[in-house]
Amino acid sequence: MVGTVLRRLAVFVASLAVSTVVVFAFMVLLPGDPARVALGTDASDAAVDQLRHEFGLDRPLPVQYASWIGGLLTGRLGTSYVSGAQIGPQLADRLQVSLILVLASMVVAVVVAVPLGVWMAVRHRRPIGVVLSALAQLGVAVPAFLAGILLITIFAVRLGWLPANGWTPPAVDPVMFVRQLVLPALALGLVQGAVLTRYVRSAVLDVLREDYLRTARAKGLRPAQALWRHGLRNAAVPVVTVLGLQLATTLVGAVVVERVFVIPGLGSLLLDAVGNRDLLVVQDVVMVLVAAVLLVNLLVDVLYVVLDPRLRLGDA
Amino acid sequence: MSDLTAPGGPAPDLAGDRSYPGTLLVGCALTGVVVLLALVSFVWTPYDPGLIDGLHRLQGPSGEHLLGTDKFGRDELSRIMVGARTTVFVGVVAVGLSVLVGVPLGILGAMGPRWLGELVGRLGDLVLAFPALLLAIMLSAVYGGSTLTAMIAIGIAGIPTFARVTRSGALGVLRSDYVLAARSCGLSAPAIAVRHVLPNVSSLIIVQASVAFAMAILAEAALSFLGLGTPPDVPSWGRMLQESQELLFVAPRLAWVPGAAIALAVLGFNLLGDGLRDRLDPRLKERR
Repeated sequence: MVGTVLRRLAVFVASLAVSTVVVFAFMVLLPGDPARVALGTDASDAAVDQLRHEFGLDRPLPVQYASWIGGLLTGRLGTSYVSGAQIGPQLADRLQVSLILVLASMVVAVVVAVPLGVWMAVRHRRPIGVVLSALAQLGVAVPAFLAGILLITIFAVRLGWLPANGWTPPAVDPVMFVRQLVLPALALGLVQGAVLTRYVRSAVLDVLREDYLRTARAKGLRPAQALWRHGLRNAAVPVVTVLGLQLATTLVGAVVVERVFVIPGLGSLLLDAVGNRDLLVVQDVVMVLVAAVLLVNLLVDVLYVVLDPRLRLGDA
Repeated sequence: MSDLTAPGGPAPDLAGDRSYPGTLLVGCALTGVVVLLALVSFVWTPYDPGLIDGLHRLQGPSGEHLLGTDKFGRDELSRIMVGARTTVFVGVVAVGLSVLVGVPLGILGAMGPRWLGELVGRLGDLVLAFPALLLAIMLSAVYGGSTLTAMIAIGIAGIPTFARVTRSGALGVLRSDYVLAARSCGLSAPAIAVRHVLPNVSSLIIVQASVAFAMAILAEAALSFLGLGTPPDVPSWGRMLQESQELLFVAPRLAWVPGAAIALAVLGFNLLGDGLRDRLDPRLKERR
């Protein structure tokens, strides 16, 4: 198992290294001069050259790349070309907000998908199972930002139960924090839950056909007991994989939902930076998101080995 | 959506099988409606989709305007029809790009030396770390948001999946006796790829294309919603949804119409993919 984990870790480090080169190269390709963008078109060439020097843009590209990587590793991400503010603390604050949203939505997804998926699998030949499968299929087709708008229409506009948008830090007003978190978390979580439900159903259906479950039934266990004791751990292996992949998707998908609910997360920071052509912020935020996607994929790989003893034996 | 399995031999002969899964029929119907709306919009729409009519702003559905009008008095049905054209166009170009690059890469990965297969796989992993939305935002930062950048980003993001599906299918075909026979007859590798591998993995590619089309619709809608896709003067479902958001308290109907169009189109292509998969491998039907 250790060998497998180390191999996965090596792939992760290599992928991360190549990703930094891709993101850096992408931003270097940019037509136009960040210093000129920051100072405006009326600025003199001398002022632009001065600012280019301050930004470090007059250095050779490998030096700029090394400096950026050093900053990423030490948390000193430089200053915004547009606002002049330190990017590191700003990014940390926004990341915290996005992580709260993403984790809350994953809780919603799991709470919806696991019981529903198991129930749909157990009753897959009955009308209710078919109806729920159709609903899950429909849920997969609804993008999270659309779900958000529909939820706002129902719970904020029609019923007036919850605020339509906004964000209050939990330390300032915990009640308002929860009230404002509910709709965006539901928007992201229900859509992911619909996808996950189909995988849970499929995984449990596979398990229900296994010989060991039939043996457990023959020993006198009731269907629910047999499924609980022997089936769910096996069904969990593919489900955890999908859940991990969904976590990575949700991190990026939250960008749009943050825009719908006016949440000051990483997505809003990224979109504002794109709008202002604040390229260093774009570069840093994209890198953080790509690193998060790669990290989640690594964790899924490792968890997969931990959950499935067959992979551990194969490794030995 | 289950993963596609590699075929162990030639594509199944569907000519004798007269049964069609319900998912396939519903999927065909829904995608057919989207494509039909898009095609009809080239020759006819009830009104000019860009025509501003201050006297008929925010009108509900009526005989005159079947789906009502928006805040500028523009006809919603006409905009939905032209939006379908945008959706289909973006989907075709993006999925086309994924297929044109991903399928040859997959076949190369299967037929080439082992290191090439590994390289294709690792490159695919790298691209997968950049989801379509992130790629599109990066492209927008460099080149500005447009339909073209959206299509390129969605297309590039889809390449690894097509490469994987094709490689997995091609590896199965390459193990078959008829490929062995072709090799022993002296057929070159490119000829085997074109005459034997490609036709036998085409069904897998078609199924994947249907699912990728649904993803392209979602990605395009999200990008247009963020203002990074289709420009404001071209009707698109995502942008219509974005414009409706400020009027949710006044006219929520403006969100429901493009929202339903997006959901039904995605549902249609997903069902089409599932239905085709059921037809090609009925064993999978029970598992989903």
